[in-house]
Amino acid sequence: MRDVAVIGAGCTTFGEKWDTSFRNLFVEAGALALEDAGVAGEQIDALYVGNMSAGRFIEQEHVGALIADYAGLASHHVPATRVEAACASGGLSFRQAVIAVASGLEDIVVAAGVEKMTDVGTGASVDALAGAADREWEGFAGATFPGLYAMIARDYMHRYPLTREQLGLVAVKNHYNGARNPIAQFQQEINLETVLKSSLVADPLRLFDCSPITDGAAAVVVAPLDRAREFTDTPIRVLASAQASDTITLHDRRDISTLDATIAAGQRAFRMAGLSPSDIDMVEVHDCFTIAEICAIEDLGFCRKGEAGRLTEEGVTALNGDLPVNTSGGLKACGHPVGATGIKQVYEITQQLRGEAGRRQITGAQIGMTHNVGGTGATVAVHILGV
Amino acid sequence: MSVARFWRKIPQRYNLIGTRCTTCGRYFFPPRSFCPECRRAGKIVDHKFAGNGKIVTFTVIRTASEQFEQLTPYVFAIIELDEGPRISAQIVCSPDEARIGMRVKPVFRRIGADGVSGVIYYGTKYAPAE
Repeated sequence: MRDVAVIGAGCTTFGEKWDTSFRNLFVEAGALALEDAGVAGEQIDALYVGNMSAGRFIEQEHVGALIADYAGLASHHVPATRVEAACASGGLSFRQAVIAVASGLEDIVVAAGVEKMTDVGTGASVDALAGAADREWEGFAGATFPGLYAMIARDYMHRYPLTREQLGLVAVKNHYNGARNPIAQFQQEINLETVLKSSLVADPLRLFDCSPITDGAAAVVVAPLDRAREFTDTPIRVLASAQASDTITLHDRRDISTLDATIAAGQRAFRMAGLSPSDIDMVEVHDCFTIAEICAIEDLGFCRKGEAGRLTEEGVTALNGDLPVNTSGGLKACGHPVGATGIKQVYEITQQLRGEAGRRQITGAQIGMTHNVGGTGATVAVHILGV
Repeated sequence: MSVARFWRKIPQRYNLIGTRCTTCGRYFFPPRSFCPECRRAGKIVDHKFAGNGKIVTFTVIRTASEQFEQLTPYVFAIIELDEGPRISAQIVCSPDEARIGMRVKPVFRRIGADGVSGVIYYGTKYAPAE
Protein backbone atom coordinates (compact mmCIF):
# COMPACT_ATOMS: atom_id res chain seq x y z
CA MET A 1 0.00 0.00 0.00
CA ARG A 2 1.37 3.43 -0.96
CA ASP A 3 1.52 6.43 1.37
CA VAL A 4 -0.94 9.14 0.36
CA ALA A 5 -0.83 12.94 0.68
CA VAL A 6 -3.23 15.83 0.27
CA ILE A 7 -1.63 18.18 -2.28
CA GLY A 8 -4.37 20.78 -2.62
CA ALA A 9 -7.64 21.88 -1.06
CA GLY A 10 -10.45 24.30 -1.85
CA CYS A 11 -13.79 25.24 -0.40
CA THR A 12 -16.63 27.59 -1.30
CA THR A 13 -18.03 29.91 1.30
CA PHE A 14 -20.86 28.16 3.17
CA GLY A 15 -24.34 29.64 3.52
CA GLU A 16 -27.73 30.07 1.95
CA LYS A 17 -26.47 30.65 -1.57
CA TRP A 18 -29.62 31.44 -3.49
CA ASP A 19 -27.71 32.67 -6.52
CA THR A 20 -25.49 29.62 -6.93
CA SER A 21 -26.47 26.25 -8.42
CA PHE A 22 -25.38 22.76 -7.40
CA ARG A 23 -23.05 22.43 -10.38
CA ASN A 24 -21.51 25.88 -9.93
CA LEU A 25 -20.83 25.18 -6.26
CA PHE A 26 -18.87 22.10 -7.22
CA VAL A 27 -16.98 23.80 -10.05
CA GLU A 28 -15.92 26.61 -7.73
CA ALA A 29 -14.59 24.26 -5.02
CA GLY A 30 -12.92 22.00 -7.58
CA ALA A 31 -11.20 24.89 -9.33
CA LEU A 32 -9.89 26.23 -6.01
CA ALA A 33 -8.50 22.80 -5.09
CA LEU A 34 -6.84 22.25 -8.49
CA GLU A 35 -5.36 25.73 -8.47
CA ASP A 36 -4.06 25.15 -4.95
CA ALA A 37 -2.47 21.87 -6.05
CA GLY A 38 -1.20 23.23 -9.34
CA VAL A 39 -2.85 20.31 -11.11
CA ALA A 40 -4.28 20.61 -14.61
CA GLY A 41 -7.56 18.94 -15.55
CA GLU A 42 -5.92 16.42 -17.86
CA GLN A 43 -3.75 15.14 -14.98
CA ILE A 44 -6.76 13.95 -12.98
CA ASP A 45 -7.12 10.16 -12.91
CA ALA A 46 -10.39 9.94 -11.01
CA LEU A 47 -13.04 11.94 -9.21
CA TYR A 48 -15.11 11.01 -6.15
CA VAL A 49 -17.97 13.18 -4.95
CA GLY A 50 -19.77 12.90 -1.64
CA ASN A 51 -23.42 13.87 -1.92
CA MET A 52 -26.30 12.83 0.29
CA SER A 53 -29.45 13.71 -1.51
CA ALA A 54 -29.32 15.62 -4.78
CA GLY A 55 -32.33 13.49 -5.67
CA ARG A 56 -34.41 15.08 -2.92
CA PHE A 57 -32.85 18.55 -2.85
CA ILE A 58 -32.59 19.31 -6.58
CA GLU A 59 -34.23 16.23 -8.15
CA GLN A 60 -30.98 15.30 -9.84
CA GLU A 61 -29.27 11.90 -9.75
CA HIS A 62 -26.20 10.75 -11.67
CA VAL A 63 -24.24 13.62 -10.16
CA GLY A 64 -20.83 12.00 -10.70
CA ALA A 65 -21.14 12.44 -14.45
CA LEU A 66 -22.78 15.86 -14.09
CA ILE A 67 -19.89 17.12 -12.05
CA ALA A 68 -17.23 15.64 -14.32
CA ASP A 69 -18.99 17.31 -17.24
CA TYR A 70 -19.23 20.78 -15.71
CA ALA A 71 -15.68 20.51 -14.38
CA GLY A 72 -14.67 20.26 -18.03
CA LEU A 73 -13.52 16.68 -17.69
CA ALA A 74 -16.08 14.93 -19.90
CA SER A 75 -13.80 15.00 -22.94
CA HIS A 76 -11.09 13.25 -20.88
CA HIS A 77 -13.66 10.62 -19.80
CA VAL A 78 -12.43 10.82 -16.21
CA PRO A 79 -14.09 8.18 -14.02
CA ALA A 80 -16.45 10.02 -11.64
CA THR A 81 -18.17 8.26 -8.75
CA ARG A 82 -20.79 9.50 -6.32
CA VAL A 83 -20.37 8.29 -2.74
CA GLU A 84 -23.35 8.35 -0.38
CA ALA A 85 -23.53 7.75 3.37
CA ALA A 86 -25.87 10.56 4.45
CA CYS A 87 -23.91 13.22 6.36
CA ALA A 88 -20.75 11.06 6.15
CA SER A 89 -20.76 11.13 2.34
CA GLY A 90 -17.83 13.55 2.24
CA GLY A 91 -15.71 11.53 4.66
CA LEU A 92 -16.32 8.41 2.62
CA SER A 93 -15.55 10.24 -0.62
CA PHE A 94 -12.16 11.22 0.82
CA ARG A 95 -11.59 7.66 1.97
CA GLN A 96 -12.39 6.27 -1.48
CA ALA A 97 -9.86 8.65 -3.03
CA VAL A 98 -7.24 7.64 -0.45
CA ILE A 99 -7.91 3.95 -1.12
CA ALA A 100 -7.68 4.49 -4.89
CA VAL A 101 -4.27 6.17 -4.59
CA ALA A 102 -2.96 3.85 -1.87
CA SER A 103 -3.81 0.83 -4.01
CA GLY A 104 -1.69 2.10 -6.88
CA LEU A 105 -4.61 2.04 -9.30
CA GLU A 106 -4.79 5.83 -9.62
CA ASP A 107 -2.38 8.69 -8.95
CA ILE A 108 -4.02 12.12 -8.96
CA VAL A 109 -7.52 11.91 -7.51
CA VAL A 110 -10.02 14.59 -6.56
CA ALA A 111 -12.21 13.94 -3.52
CA ALA A 112 -15.10 16.36 -3.31
CA GLY A 113 -18.35 16.91 -1.50
CA VAL A 114 -21.31 19.07 -2.44
CA GLU A 115 -24.83 19.74 -1.21
CA LYS A 116 -27.38 22.28 -2.42
CA MET A 117 -30.06 22.29 0.28
CA THR A 118 -31.94 25.58 0.01
CA ASP A 119 -33.78 24.88 -3.26
CA VAL A 120 -36.47 23.17 -1.14
CA GLY A 121 -38.33 24.50 1.91
CA THR A 122 -37.48 23.66 5.51
CA GLY A 123 -40.17 20.97 5.83
CA ALA A 124 -38.94 19.19 2.72
CA SER A 125 -35.30 19.37 3.78
CA VAL A 126 -36.16 18.08 7.29
CA ASP A 127 -37.90 15.15 5.58
CA ALA A 128 -34.99 14.52 3.19
CA LEU A 129 -32.56 14.52 6.11
CA ALA A 130 -34.79 12.05 7.98
CA GLY A 131 -33.80 9.60 5.25
CA ALA A 132 -30.42 9.35 6.98
CA ALA A 133 -32.20 7.37 9.69
CA ASP A 134 -34.58 4.42 9.16
CA ARG A 135 -37.43 5.71 7.01
CA GLU A 136 -39.73 2.77 7.82
CA TRP A 137 -39.22 2.58 11.59
CA GLU A 138 -38.09 6.03 12.68
CA GLY A 139 -39.19 8.56 10.06
CA PHE A 140 -42.60 6.96 9.45
CA ALA A 141 -43.44 7.27 13.15
CA GLY A 142 -42.56 10.98 13.20
CA ALA A 143 -38.86 11.10 14.07
CA THR A 144 -36.86 14.11 12.93
CA PHE A 145 -33.09 14.41 13.04
CA PRO A 146 -33.08 16.97 15.85
CA GLY A 147 -35.56 14.68 17.62
CA LEU A 148 -33.22 11.68 17.42
CA TYR A 149 -30.23 13.65 18.74
CA ALA A 150 -32.50 15.17 21.40
CA MET A 151 -33.20 11.63 22.61
CA ILE A 152 -29.44 11.07 22.82
CA ALA A 153 -29.12 14.30 24.81
CA ARG A 154 -31.95 13.32 27.19
CA ASP A 155 -30.45 9.86 27.77
CA TYR A 156 -26.95 11.34 28.23
CA MET A 157 -28.10 14.00 30.71
CA HIS A 158 -30.06 11.39 32.65
CA ARG A 159 -26.94 9.27 33.13
CA TYR A 160 -23.98 11.64 33.16
CA PRO A 161 -23.20 15.02 34.74
CA LEU A 162 -23.83 17.32 31.77
CA THR A 163 -25.60 20.61 32.37
CA ARG A 164 -27.77 22.51 29.90
CA GLU A 165 -25.24 25.35 30.19
CA GLN A 166 -22.27 23.11 29.29
CA LEU A 167 -24.15 21.91 26.22
CA GLY A 168 -24.78 25.51 25.20
CA LEU A 169 -21.09 26.34 25.59
CA VAL A 170 -20.32 23.97 22.69
CA ALA A 171 -22.29 26.30 20.40
CA VAL A 172 -20.73 29.43 21.93
CA LYS A 173 -17.24 28.03 21.34
CA ASN A 174 -18.00 26.96 17.76
CA HIS A 175 -19.46 30.36 16.90
CA TYR A 176 -16.31 31.98 18.34
CA ASN A 177 -14.26 29.84 15.93
CA GLY A 178 -16.65 30.45 13.04
CA ALA A 179 -16.25 34.19 13.53
CA ARG A 180 -12.58 33.65 12.66
CA ASN A 181 -13.27 31.58 9.53
CA PRO A 182 -13.91 33.48 6.27
CA ILE A 183 -15.88 30.57 4.73
CA ALA A 184 -18.20 30.08 7.73
CA GLN A 185 -21.96 30.49 7.37
CA PHE A 186 -22.18 32.24 10.74
CA GLN A 187 -19.34 34.64 11.50
CA GLN A 188 -20.91 36.14 14.59
CA GLU A 189 -19.94 35.32 18.15
CA ILE A 190 -22.83 34.43 20.44
CA ASN A 191 -23.18 34.19 24.21
CA LEU A 192 -24.70 31.47 26.34
CA GLU A 193 -27.90 33.43 26.83
CA THR A 194 -28.50 33.39 23.07
CA VAL A 195 -28.38 29.58 23.07
CA LEU A 196 -30.53 29.15 26.18
CA LYS A 197 -33.17 31.63 25.02
CA SER A 198 -33.44 30.30 21.46
CA SER A 199 -36.61 28.39 20.62
CA LEU A 200 -36.94 24.70 21.44
CA VAL A 201 -36.65 22.45 18.37
CA ALA A 202 -36.77 19.08 20.13
CA ASP A 203 -36.41 19.15 23.92
CA PRO A 204 -33.83 19.60 25.32
CA LEU A 205 -32.24 20.86 22.09
CA ARG A 206 -32.80 24.46 21.05
CA LEU A 207 -32.24 26.20 17.74
CA PHE A 208 -28.67 27.16 18.65
CA ASP A 209 -27.85 23.53 19.46
CA CYS A 210 -28.51 22.62 15.82
CA SER A 211 -26.35 22.92 12.74
CA PRO A 212 -28.01 24.91 9.97
CA ILE A 213 -29.21 24.08 6.48
CA THR A 214 -26.38 25.06 4.16
CA ASP A 215 -25.27 25.19 0.54
CA GLY A 216 -21.62 24.54 -0.13
CA ALA A 217 -18.91 22.43 -1.70
CA ALA A 218 -15.36 21.43 -0.87
CA ALA A 219 -12.66 19.53 -2.76
CA VAL A 220 -9.20 18.17 -2.06
CA VAL A 221 -6.61 16.60 -4.35
CA VAL A 222 -4.73 13.51 -3.20
CA ALA A 223 -1.65 11.90 -4.71
CA PRO A 224 1.01 9.33 -3.81
CA LEU A 225 3.32 10.82 -1.17
CA ASP A 226 6.37 10.14 -3.34
CA ARG A 227 4.91 12.35 -6.10
CA ALA A 228 3.48 15.03 -3.81
CA ARG A 229 6.46 17.36 -4.03
CA GLU A 230 5.99 17.65 -7.79
CA PHE A 231 2.97 19.77 -6.88
CA THR A 232 3.47 21.33 -3.44
CA ASP A 233 6.10 22.20 -0.85
CA THR A 234 3.65 21.41 1.93
CA PRO A 235 2.13 17.99 1.32
CA ILE A 236 -0.17 16.82 4.11
CA ARG A 237 0.23 13.12 4.85
CA VAL A 238 -2.77 10.87 5.32
CA LEU A 239 -1.68 8.91 8.40
CA ALA A 240 -4.89 6.92 8.79
CA SER A 241 -8.20 6.31 7.07
CA ALA A 242 -10.84 4.36 8.97
CA GLN A 243 -14.55 3.71 8.67
CA ALA A 244 -17.13 1.82 10.72
CA SER A 245 -20.83 1.10 10.69
CA ASP A 246 -23.53 0.40 13.29
CA THR A 247 -27.30 -0.19 13.39
CA ILE A 248 -29.26 2.19 11.18
CA THR A 249 -31.76 2.98 13.96
CA LEU A 250 -30.83 4.78 17.14
CA HIS A 251 -33.09 2.50 19.20
CA ASP A 252 -31.13 -0.63 18.23
CA ARG A 253 -27.79 0.69 19.52
CA ARG A 254 -26.01 -1.04 22.39
CA ASP A 255 -25.98 2.31 24.22
CA ILE A 256 -28.07 5.34 23.17
CA SER A 257 -25.44 7.87 24.27
CA THR A 258 -22.38 6.16 22.80
CA LEU A 259 -21.55 5.99 19.11
CA ASP A 260 -19.89 2.57 18.92
CA ALA A 261 -19.01 3.28 15.27
CA THR A 262 -17.03 6.32 16.42
CA ILE A 263 -15.19 4.15 18.95
CA ALA A 264 -14.46 1.50 16.30
CA ALA A 265 -13.34 3.94 13.58
CA GLY A 266 -11.30 5.97 16.07
CA GLN A 267 -9.48 2.92 17.41
CA ARG A 268 -8.78 1.65 13.88
CA ALA A 269 -7.41 5.04 12.88
CA PHE A 270 -5.13 5.34 15.91
CA ARG A 271 -3.86 1.79 15.32
CA MET A 272 -3.20 2.47 11.63
CA ALA A 273 -1.29 5.67 12.40
CA GLY A 274 0.51 4.23 15.43
CA LEU A 275 -0.75 7.19 17.47
CA SER A 276 -2.89 7.82 20.55
CA PRO A 277 -5.37 10.59 21.42
CA SER A 278 -2.67 12.62 23.21
CA ASP A 279 -0.80 12.96 19.88
CA ILE A 280 -3.66 14.89 18.22
CA ASP A 281 -3.18 18.67 18.06
CA MET A 282 -6.73 19.48 16.92
CA VAL A 283 -9.82 17.63 15.78
CA GLU A 284 -12.78 18.44 13.55
CA VAL A 285 -15.70 16.44 14.97
CA HIS A 286 -19.21 15.99 13.62
CA ASP A 287 -21.19 18.47 15.75
CA CYS A 288 -24.47 18.31 13.83
CA PHE A 289 -25.93 19.04 17.28
CA THR A 290 -24.11 20.21 20.40
CA ILE A 291 -24.65 16.83 22.08
CA ALA A 292 -22.90 15.17 19.13
CA GLU A 293 -19.67 17.06 19.86
CA ILE A 294 -19.83 15.97 23.51
CA CYS A 295 -20.25 12.31 22.50
CA ALA A 296 -17.56 12.51 19.81
CA ILE A 297 -14.87 13.87 22.13
CA GLU A 298 -15.50 10.97 24.50
CA ASP A 299 -16.03 8.21 21.98
CA LEU A 300 -12.83 9.12 20.11
CA GLY A 301 -10.98 8.53 23.38
CA PHE A 302 -9.97 12.08 24.33
CA CYS A 303 -11.61 11.69 27.76
CA ARG A 304 -13.83 9.31 29.70
CA LYS A 305 -17.60 9.12 29.24
CA GLY A 306 -19.32 11.93 31.08
CA GLU A 307 -16.33 14.31 31.12
CA ALA A 308 -16.66 16.27 27.85
CA GLY A 309 -19.12 18.81 29.25
CA ARG A 310 -16.71 19.77 32.01
CA LEU A 311 -13.79 19.94 29.52
CA THR A 312 -15.83 22.27 27.33
CA GLU A 313 -16.66 24.50 30.30
CA GLU A 314 -12.99 24.59 31.33
CA GLY A 315 -11.96 25.72 27.84
CA VAL A 316 -9.93 22.61 26.99
CA THR A 317 -11.65 22.39 23.58
CA ALA A 318 -11.33 26.11 22.80
CA LEU A 319 -8.89 27.54 20.22
CA ASN A 320 -6.33 28.20 22.97
CA GLY A 321 -7.08 24.99 24.88
CA ASP A 322 -5.11 21.74 25.08
CA LEU A 323 -7.39 20.05 22.53
CA PRO A 324 -8.96 22.55 20.12
CA VAL A 325 -12.17 21.02 18.74
CA ASN A 326 -13.80 22.32 15.55
CA THR A 327 -11.46 25.20 14.80
CA SER A 328 -13.46 25.79 11.60
CA GLY A 329 -16.56 26.55 13.65
CA GLY A 330 -17.76 23.01 13.13
CA LEU A 331 -21.04 22.09 11.53
CA LYS A 332 -22.73 24.46 13.96
CA ALA A 333 -21.14 27.73 12.84
CA CYS A 334 -19.24 26.93 9.65
CA GLY A 335 -22.40 25.27 8.30
CA HIS A 336 -23.40 21.77 7.26
CA PRO A 337 -23.93 21.17 3.54
CA VAL A 338 -24.22 17.48 4.37
CA GLY A 339 -22.26 15.87 1.53
CA ALA A 340 -19.54 18.53 1.68
CA THR A 341 -18.91 18.48 5.44
CA GLY A 342 -16.45 15.57 5.52
CA ILE A 343 -14.30 17.22 2.85
CA LYS A 344 -14.50 20.61 4.56
CA GLN A 345 -13.09 18.95 7.68
CA VAL A 346 -10.08 17.75 5.67
CA TYR A 347 -9.79 21.24 4.15
CA GLU A 348 -9.70 22.80 7.63
CA ILE A 349 -7.08 20.40 8.99
CA THR A 350 -5.00 20.93 5.83
CA GLN A 351 -5.10 24.70 6.39
CA GLN A 352 -4.12 24.27 10.04
CA LEU A 353 -1.22 21.92 9.27
CA ARG A 354 0.11 24.29 6.61
CA GLY A 355 -0.13 27.22 9.03
CA GLU A 356 -2.67 28.98 6.81
CA ALA A 357 -5.61 29.14 9.22
CA GLY A 358 -5.28 32.86 9.94
CA ARG A 359 -6.95 34.09 13.12
CA ARG A 360 -7.86 30.56 14.21
CA GLN A 361 -4.37 29.07 13.62
CA ILE A 362 -3.24 26.50 16.20
CA THR A 363 0.44 27.26 16.82
CA GLY A 364 2.77 24.43 15.86
CA ALA A 365 0.03 22.11 14.65
CA GLN A 366 1.56 18.79 13.49
CA ILE A 367 -1.24 16.23 13.58
CA GLY A 368 -4.99 16.68 13.09
CA MET A 369 -8.03 14.41 12.98
CA THR A 370 -11.38 14.47 11.23
CA HIS A 371 -14.56 12.68 12.41
CA ASN A 372 -17.56 12.52 10.09
CA VAL A 373 -20.85 10.83 11.07
CA GLY A 374 -23.70 9.56 8.91
CA GLY A 375 -27.18 9.54 10.43
CA THR A 376 -27.23 9.09 14.19
CA GLY A 377 -24.01 7.07 14.03
CA ALA A 378 -24.65 4.25 11.55
CA THR A 379 -21.59 5.33 9.55
CA VAL A 380 -18.46 7.00 10.86
CA ALA A 381 -15.31 7.99 8.97
CA VAL A 382 -12.17 9.04 10.85
CA HIS A 383 -8.98 10.35 9.25
CA ILE A 384 -5.66 11.39 10.76
CA LEU A 385 -3.52 13.88 8.84
CA GLY A 386 0.00 15.08 9.59
CA VAL A 387 2.80 17.21 8.21
CA MET B 1 -45.10 6.31 0.70
CA SER B 2 -46.66 4.10 -1.99
CA VAL B 3 -49.71 1.96 -1.23
CA ALA B 4 -47.74 -1.27 -1.67
CA ARG B 5 -44.94 -0.07 0.58
CA PHE B 6 -47.40 0.69 3.38
CA TRP B 7 -49.66 -2.32 2.76
CA ARG B 8 -46.95 -4.95 3.10
CA LYS B 9 -46.07 -3.62 6.58
CA ILE B 10 -49.68 -3.75 7.87
CA PRO B 11 -49.12 -6.86 10.06
CA GLN B 12 -46.26 -5.07 11.81
CA ARG B 13 -47.83 -1.62 11.99
CA TYR B 14 -51.33 -2.71 13.10
CA ASN B 15 -50.64 -5.87 15.10
CA LEU B 16 -46.98 -5.69 16.14
CA ILE B 17 -46.04 -8.90 14.36
CA GLY B 18 -42.28 -9.28 14.71
CA THR B 19 -40.02 -12.30 14.70
CA ARG B 20 -38.10 -14.50 17.10
CA CYS B 21 -35.02 -16.65 16.57
CA THR B 22 -35.79 -20.07 18.07
CA THR B 23 -32.07 -20.92 18.05
CA CYS B 24 -30.96 -18.16 20.45
CA GLY B 25 -34.34 -16.93 21.72
CA ARG B 26 -33.89 -13.29 20.70
CA TYR B 27 -36.93 -11.24 19.69
CA PHE B 28 -36.96 -8.80 16.76
CA PHE B 29 -39.22 -5.84 16.18
CA PRO B 30 -39.28 -4.61 13.50
CA PRO B 31 -38.94 -8.17 12.20
CA ARG B 32 -35.63 -9.48 10.95
CA SER B 33 -35.47 -12.47 8.63
CA PHE B 34 -31.81 -13.08 9.50
CA CYS B 35 -30.54 -13.42 13.07
CA PRO B 36 -27.44 -11.21 13.59
CA GLU B 37 -26.26 -13.59 16.36
CA CYS B 38 -26.88 -17.05 14.90
CA ARG B 39 -26.64 -15.94 11.28
CA ARG B 40 -27.49 -18.85 8.94
CA ALA B 41 -27.90 -21.25 11.88
CA GLY B 42 -30.77 -19.13 13.23
CA LYS B 43 -34.37 -20.26 12.73
CA ILE B 44 -36.77 -17.32 12.46
CA VAL B 45 -40.49 -17.55 13.30
CA ASP B 46 -43.23 -14.89 13.61
CA HIS B 47 -44.01 -13.50 17.04
CA LYS B 48 -46.89 -11.23 18.06
CA PHE B 49 -45.65 -8.69 20.57
CA ALA B 50 -47.86 -7.72 23.51
CA GLY B 51 -46.61 -4.17 22.97
CA ASN B 52 -46.20 -3.19 26.60
CA GLY B 53 -42.97 -1.52 27.59
CA LYS B 54 -41.26 1.48 29.13
CA ILE B 55 -39.76 4.74 27.89
CA VAL B 56 -35.95 4.63 27.55
CA THR B 57 -35.55 8.23 26.36
CA PHE B 58 -37.83 10.81 24.78
CA THR B 59 -38.11 14.25 23.27
CA VAL B 60 -40.83 16.75 22.45
CA ILE B 61 -40.71 17.51 18.74
CA ARG B 62 -41.62 21.11 17.98
CA THR B 63 -40.31 21.43 14.41
CA ALA B 64 -41.45 18.52 12.26
CA SER B 65 -41.48 17.46 8.63
CA GLU B 66 -44.51 18.49 6.55
CA GLN B 67 -46.23 15.16 7.31
CA PHE B 68 -46.29 15.84 11.06
CA GLU B 69 -46.36 19.64 11.25
CA GLN B 70 -49.97 19.76 12.43
CA LEU B 71 -49.22 17.48 15.40
CA THR B 72 -46.49 19.61 16.98
CA PRO B 73 -45.59 19.64 19.78
CA TYR B 74 -45.66 15.85 20.13
CA VAL B 75 -43.82 13.44 22.41
CA PHE B 76 -41.54 11.00 20.64
CA ALA B 77 -39.73 8.20 22.46
CA ILE B 78 -37.62 5.09 22.31
CA ILE B 79 -39.58 2.34 24.04
CA GLU B 80 -38.17 -0.91 25.37
CA LEU B 81 -40.76 -3.66 24.89
CA ASP B 82 -41.06 -6.24 27.66
CA GLU B 83 -39.76 -8.92 25.26
CA GLY B 84 -36.53 -6.92 24.79
CA PRO B 85 -36.55 -5.07 21.44
CA ARG B 86 -36.59 -1.29 21.35
CA ILE B 87 -38.73 0.76 18.98
CA SER B 88 -39.31 4.44 18.18
CA ALA B 89 -42.84 5.81 18.43
CA GLN B 90 -45.03 8.75 19.38
CA ILE B 91 -46.42 8.85 22.91
CA VAL B 92 -50.01 10.03 23.26
CA CYS B 93 -49.57 12.29 26.28
CA SER B 94 -48.85 15.89 27.13
CA PRO B 95 -45.22 17.11 26.87
CA ASP B 96 -45.09 17.50 30.67
CA GLU B 97 -46.27 13.99 31.37
CA ALA B 98 -43.50 11.97 29.69
CA ARG B 99 -40.60 10.71 31.77
CA ILE B 100 -37.84 8.11 31.48
CA GLY B 101 -38.97 4.75 32.84
CA MET B 102 -42.70 5.43 32.33
CA ARG B 103 -44.75 2.31 31.48
CA VAL B 104 -46.60 2.55 28.16
CA LYS B 105 -49.11 0.46 26.23
CA PRO B 106 -49.88 0.36 22.48
CA VAL B 107 -52.82 2.27 20.98
CA PHE B 108 -54.07 2.11 17.37
CA ARG B 109 -53.90 5.55 15.78
CA ARG B 110 -53.82 7.49 12.53
CA ILE B 111 -50.15 8.17 11.79
CA GLY B 112 -50.34 10.23 8.61
CA ALA B 113 -51.79 10.53 5.13
CA ASP B 114 -50.73 10.94 1.53
CA GLY B 115 -52.11 14.45 1.00
CA VAL B 116 -55.81 15.22 1.29
CA SER B 117 -57.10 12.50 -1.05
CA GLY B 118 -54.44 9.77 -0.69
CA VAL B 119 -54.06 6.74 1.53
CA ILE B 120 -54.39 7.22 5.29
CA TYR B 121 -51.63 5.49 7.25
CA TYR B 122 -52.63 3.85 10.51
CA GLY B 123 -50.26 2.31 12.99
CA THR B 124 -49.28 2.04 16.62
CA LYS B 125 -48.62 4.87 19.03
CA TYR B 126 -48.16 4.44 22.77
CA ALA B 127 -50.03 5.79 25.76
CA PRO B 128 -49.14 6.00 29.46
CA ALA B 129 -50.09 2.75 31.22
CA GLU B 130 -49.79 3.90 34.82
